[in-house]
Amino acid sequence: MPSTQAASLLERFVASLEEIDVAWSRTDANGFESTLESVLEEPAVGVPIPIDGASLPDTVETDLDPETVRAAATGVTPATIAVADYGSVLLESDANGSELASLFSETHVPVIREQDVVGTMADAFEDLGPLLRGDQGDVIVATGPSATSDMGALVTGVHGPTDVHVVIVEQ
Amino acid sequence: MSGKNSERAERKVSKRAKAAKIRGIMEQEGTAIETNTQGFNDGRYESVADLEDYEGLKDEARAIKEDAIARLPDLIDDLTAAVEDNGGTVYLAEDAAEANEYIESIVADADADSVAKSKSMTTEELEVNEHLEDASVDVVETDLGEWVLQVAEEAPSHLVAPAIHKSREEITTLFEERFDPDVPLETAEDLTKFAREQLADDIASADVGMTGANFLTADSGTMALVTSEGNARKTVASTDTHVAVAGVEKIVPSVEDLQPFIELIGRSGTGQDITSYVSLLTPPIDAPTFADEEFGDADARDFHLVLIDNGRMAMREDEDLRETLYCIRCSACANSCANFQQVGGHAFGGETYTGGIATGWEAGIGGEEAAEDFNDLCTGCSRCTEACPVKIDIPWVNTVVRDRLNRGADPDAFDHLVSGLTPDPEPAGLDLQKRFFGNFSTVAKLGSAFAPVSNWVAEAPPSRWLAETILGVDRRRDMPKFTRGTLRKWAKGRDSLADPDREVVLLADTYTNYMHVERGKATIRALEALGCEVHVADTSESGRAALSQGMIATAREHAESVADSLEPHVEAGRDVIVVEPSDLAMLRNDYERLLDAETFDRIATNSYEVLEYVYGLIENGADINALADGDGEEIAYHSHCQQRTLGLDAHTEAILDRLGFDLLTSEVECCGMAGSFGFKQQYYDVSMAVGDDLREQFTTPDTEDRTVVASGTSCHDQLTELLERSVTHPVEVIAPAE
Ligand code: SF4
Repeated sequence: MPSTQAASLLERFVASLEEIDVAWSRTDANGFESTLESVLEEPAVGVPIPIDGASLPDTVETDLDPETVRAAATGVTPATIAVADYGSVLLESDANGSELASLFSETHVPVIREQDVVGTMADAFEDLGPLLRGDQGDVIVATGPSATSDMGALVTGVHGPTDVHVVIVEQ
Repeated sequence: MSGKNSERAERKVSKRAKAAKIRGIMEQEGTAIETNTQGFNDGRYESVADLEDYEGLKDEARAIKEDAIARLPDLIDDLTAAVEDNGGTVYLAEDAAEANEYIESIVADADADSVAKSKSMTTEELEVNEHLEDASVDVVETDLGEWVLQVAEEAPSHLVAPAIHKSREEITTLFEERFDPDVPLETAEDLTKFAREQLADDIASADVGMTGANFLTADSGTMALVTSEGNARKTVASTDTHVAVAGVEKIVPSVEDLQPFIELIGRSGTGQDITSYVSLLTPPIDAPTFADEEFGDADARDFHLVLIDNGRMAMREDEDLRETLYCIRCSACANSCANFQQVGGHAFGGETYTGGIATGWEAGIGGEEAAEDFNDLCTGCSRCTEACPVKIDIPWVNTVVRDRLNRGADPDAFDHLVSGLTPDPEPAGLDLQKRFFGNFSTVAKLGSAFAPVSNWVAEAPPSRWLAETILGVDRRRDMPKFTRGTLRKWAKGRDSLADPDREVVLLADTYTNYMHVERGKATIRALEALGCEVHVADTSESGRAALSQGMIATAREHAESVADSLEPHVEAGRDVIVVEPSDLAMLRNDYERLLDAETFDRIATNSYEVLEYVYGLIENGADINALADGDGEEIAYHSHCQQRTLGLDAHTEAILDRLGFDLLTSEVECCGMAGSFGFKQQYYDVSMAVGDDLREQFTTPDTEDRTVVASGTSCHDQLTELLERSVTHPVEVIAPAE
């Protein structure tokens, strides 16, 4: 029963996100724009999301340059895979500047298709092998915001985002 | 003073000086180190408990590393081809000088005057920063902990959290003095924000980004970087030229091989299920360049991989040091170590590396002498071995290096004092302190023969002075008490059991035979009550004492004589019973290194700790009522390090519980004594500091009146001193009265 299995993967994924204090929203392609609007703070930057019918709101700047990226409060980028066990999202580098938009903004909003949620890290590596070997790709396995304990207590928001808000798109 | 005497005086001073140095570090850094490492260690237990198959994952990780190191030359070729195919360059540096020169040339080619760096122990090993600074290149560390140390001009005290020895208050003071900030820096948030802002500009203006690599995959030329702050990502993304520096041992065959490590490394180290970012980069990366006003073409990015040998290929050929190359530098062996928790990496570490495995790294890179100063802080307690994600026998690495150091010692020193007195195959120049503790069975035999006179002599002030001066035995310690009449002699005079269900042989260790004879007697009574006829082996010393001093040849002689003496018993179908957990660990684990495989296997599979055996007998139908009734007696029980590693603490607890004792167990893993360690003048303070947590636990209103029970002799001695109460062995409370 694929639908039950998918539901349980999603449940596991959001449970993991909650455990690490990461916010999430679930929507479909039609509701995508309004969901994003409610999530993002301006100035926002983003790169096109390769999901049919999911277009970014006008408030999201997609014509990027270093200064715009550095100044962004929110960065919206696609995630290719999510790992339910860990609440991780896999972010690929691309010529659009996804890596930069996801790294320099205060809040990162990764967008993942519901069907791309896998269960375990081992599942994720089934896709990673071909991707890194074949396409010489770069992937960040990102789990929650950037963090440090080097200053005497756990602090989130160091060199990378302070907050992460995952948007899950069902199809 | 003759030459020999002044040498002796020097050594004495140096033991005392060492004690003072360690005391100083503990006072300055001990509190921060203890809080942080214990937090990491607790986190590790919690985090690995969530894994479905933790042991299986560790086995997988170990197998990948064994395979990778075995075919390292081929993997280096494959990796080189893959990186070059991706458009990067690879340089294999034989030593630090070569690596530094090459890195300097890349920086010069890029016309760079500043380098942003993310944390890398390998670059610390090479001292890249110093080298580049001499060439007038600015280097900025972007990991917050590393940056704090760069500002403070200090060395890392921990593999993963380099500034772990500094409290928040100290960092505040440092920043205030150094930067005179406009805003108050009171909280960790304030400090982080301040550091981030300082570093953001430095990263933006850097021309070259330098990283380490936690893993490299030979099939794709991918590097994995395990970080949480995001500085490694920024360092790579913001600069057009990326230099990665990594030891050759970081190579694994394929991308898929990364998976177990990614699941284990954070959990094992700081207790995080996974760090915020695991960057899997196949550089040069695909992101547009970010250094100018507009995004630039990703093709303009350069990548250089600098692979470091620096002793590693020779370690690969070294049977005993090879395992060190499997290390993924997770820091679990430091965090799980009771001594490390007290002193940190500034005492328990060498030039670069810290914690238990530092001995392997430092000896492999700089020769054994590079590990001499701190190697003895490993007591061989074995708590790290189950924490290590690649299952390195870290105590063995320490023992081997200790043995090599012993052998390298000046052959003339002290020989006039020991020649003919200590029958062991160790070199003449061996440190007397090591020789004394390594041959403790000989001392015990004599002490017992002349008891109680030997006890009076040992306790007399001149003897204590002599012991401290010559042997470095701390005079604050109570001397062990010898018993007149050994367990073996007592057992001989005993009638054998009529109609026994089975026969066993007791390996009465040195302490049980000569000193704590009562626990030996109790063992025999308890086993007899459960239907066993007990023979007592005619040897005592397992070799543990010698092994702990790095005297491997002596330990092997003991192992062989134990094997000879047990052989006929095992042949006759008798199980071997051991009272002292550290001796059982010899039989079950260390003998694998000392005896042939078949003999080891026969002894290891037939040996049991006494309470483990009692548990087994009762499970198999023996009558528990034959033992003493606990009757609600309140007990405070402390297990033993090696017993925990062997997974045998539960058996003792179960038996005490079933017999009706009111049982409370210590939450502290280590008592701090660790065999002879706590007796040594240079380590007395560390030993007592480790024991302090245990003392606190056993002196609360709920515990202060409980009967204290401990499974190890060391724990017994340490608890007796810490609590000033008498301490007994579990078998003594469960054995029926005579
Ligand atoms: S020896 Fe094992 S536990 Fe210690 S740092 Fe290396 S991998 Fe971690």
